[in-house]
Amino acid sequence: MASSLPRFVSPGAEAELIPQGRLSGPMPWVIAIMVALTVIAAAAGLAFSNTARNASDALTGGITVQIVNANPAERDRQAQAALRSLRATPGVVEATLVSQAEIDRLIEPWLGAPTGEGAIPVPALIDARLRDPVSGEMLGQLRRTLRDVAPAARVDAQSTWLKPVFSAIGTMRWLSIALVGVLAFALAAAVLLAVRTALGTNRETIEIVHLLGGTDRQIARVFQRAIGFDAAGGGAIGLALGLVVVLLLGKQFGGLGAGLVSSGALGWLDWILLALIPVVGVGLAMFTARQTVIRALKKML
Amino acid sequence: MSNAAEGEIVQFDNVGLRYGTDREVLSNVSFTLFPGGFYFLTGASGAGKTSLLKLLYLAQRPSRGAIRMFGSDAITLPRERLPALRRRIGVVFQEFRLVSHLSAFDNVALPLRVAGVAEREITKPVADMLEWVGLADRMHALPAQLSGGEQQRVAIARAVIHRPEMLVADEPTGNVDPDMAVKLLRLFEALNRLGTTVVVATHDVHLLKRVPDSLIMRLDKGRLSDPTGALRYPPRVPRPKGEAL
Ligand SMILES: Nc1ncnc2c1ncn2[C@@H]1O[C@H](COP(=O)(O)OP(=O)(O)OP(=O)(O)O)[C@@H](O)[C@H]1O
Ligand SMILES: [Mg+2]
Repeated sequence: MASSLPRFVSPGAEAELIPQGRLSGPMPWVIAIMVALTVIAAAAGLAFSNTARNASDALTGGITVQIVNANPAERDRQAQAALRSLRATPGVVEATLVSQAEIDRLIEPWLGAPTGEGAIPVPALIDARLRDPVSGEMLGQLRRTLRDVAPAARVDAQSTWLKPVFSAIGTMRWLSIALVGVLAFALAAAVLLAVRTALGTNRETIEIVHLLGGTDRQIARVFQRAIGFDAAGGGAIGLALGLVVVLLLGKQFGGLGAGLVSSGALGWLDWILLALIPVVGVGLAMFTARQTVIRALKKML
Repeated sequence: MSNAAEGEIVQFDNVGLRYGTDREVLSNVSFTLFPGGFYFLTGASGAGKTSLLKLLYLAQRPSRGAIRMFGSDAITLPRERLPALRRRIGVVFQEFRLVSHLSAFDNVALPLRVAGVAEREITKPVADMLEWVGLADRMHALPAQLSGGEQQRVAIARAVIHRPEMLVADEPTGNVDPDMAVKLLRLFEALNRLGTTVVVATHDVHLLKRVPDSLIMRLDKGRLSDPTGALRYPPRVPRPKGEAL
């Protein structure tokens, strides 16, 4: 007698109405792949957004002053003069001389460790921060001011040399978002096909349940639940796969040690968003299943 | 139309049915069924019995005419209200239509599950019903593992398990031996005494004589003849078949 009890402990035992196995098949795997790809694409999109935001926050008000002079004493004198002049200029919130140690560290990967006297002359660097985003007007004014006290000074907005990088990052970001959209669409299409097939193979059952007084909602719920189980299993696997890939990629980029990449690191909110992808996927799959079934049933009396 | 006659369960008024663009398979069919009645529907093969029953169990809409069931206009009734009406009807399909992947038990339990009856209130009635039709030991068999007659009995058990107000049976004794036929007829009569309106389509004339109180409808090439006039619609006598309840 026990074997005749419903296999699913669910209200109305509707899960019994269609055979579960027939709906599954490759469905969970298709969903797993979709979710994994979506997680990777979304992680990339989030990382690019973070990079763009952090970098532009840090750089839009930033200017760099280089004092290019081969004579160390003259270079230091001009650097100090430029520093004083900058600090006195309204609109400049902060100006610091980048220490020699810092500069050495920055150029070491390219030029090797400094070898004391006679090393390649390196410009002095001043990092300054403006209250407002850098405008061409402001840049021109600063250049004029510095020309008198430090003729060897070259003033650049930090954002100008990063413009192409920014636009590339922006493109990548939109690409990732578009990819997520395309993947969601593909998932819905895959579910649609699976449900259509299942509707076909279970047509007689559906008709019988229909004639025994089953409602469209009841029948739709059976399919919705079957797809829901498939999607939840596939989603979990997909999320795990996707996260492994994201973590590995993150580690690899982190190894580059470049500031831009670490500024794209994912925050906890980003990780929550990624974890929500399979949940949204399950929702999308169930919604698609429901709509498909209801639309098919509307054609029956 | 008339809502004078109290309590008819079914009214057909000038109903016609055609499949596609073919000729009408039912023409000018008018009749009334009263609650608690026991009706036989006879006629040669192809006369339109199954077609008429399909209209009765709401699997088909007529091409013309008016149908009222359980006090609702079955023609204009919105689609979403049909399931509630269907649950008041038990159907034995001519070709059984058991769900092939469900056991005999689960097939019989189906109307209860569709109606949302709790599992603990399903087990015993279903087992009892299967025992009554002599299938206690075949409870877990799939339809494909049952003989034609056994499948028919499962179909009948499924049609009556939820005590429908109306039972519609299409050739319900076509595949069973005469003894089982009589036994099943007794089941229908027992249900009928409990208040279920019974409509049985059959070409077995011997069956007709078995139920003395029954009324007979004859279909001949899609036209209904009503020898006794008891089924006339609009009815001359409001309730020809007394206070059966
Ligand atoms: N779905 C359909 N499409 C087209 N024609 C149909 C359809 N169903 C039945 N018919 C035709 O309608 C007529 C009546 O068929 P129906 O099944 O109602 O007869 P019946 O009295 O039940 O016969 P039987 O005793 O053999 O079961 C037949 O001529 C049949 O060919
Ligand atoms: Mg027939």
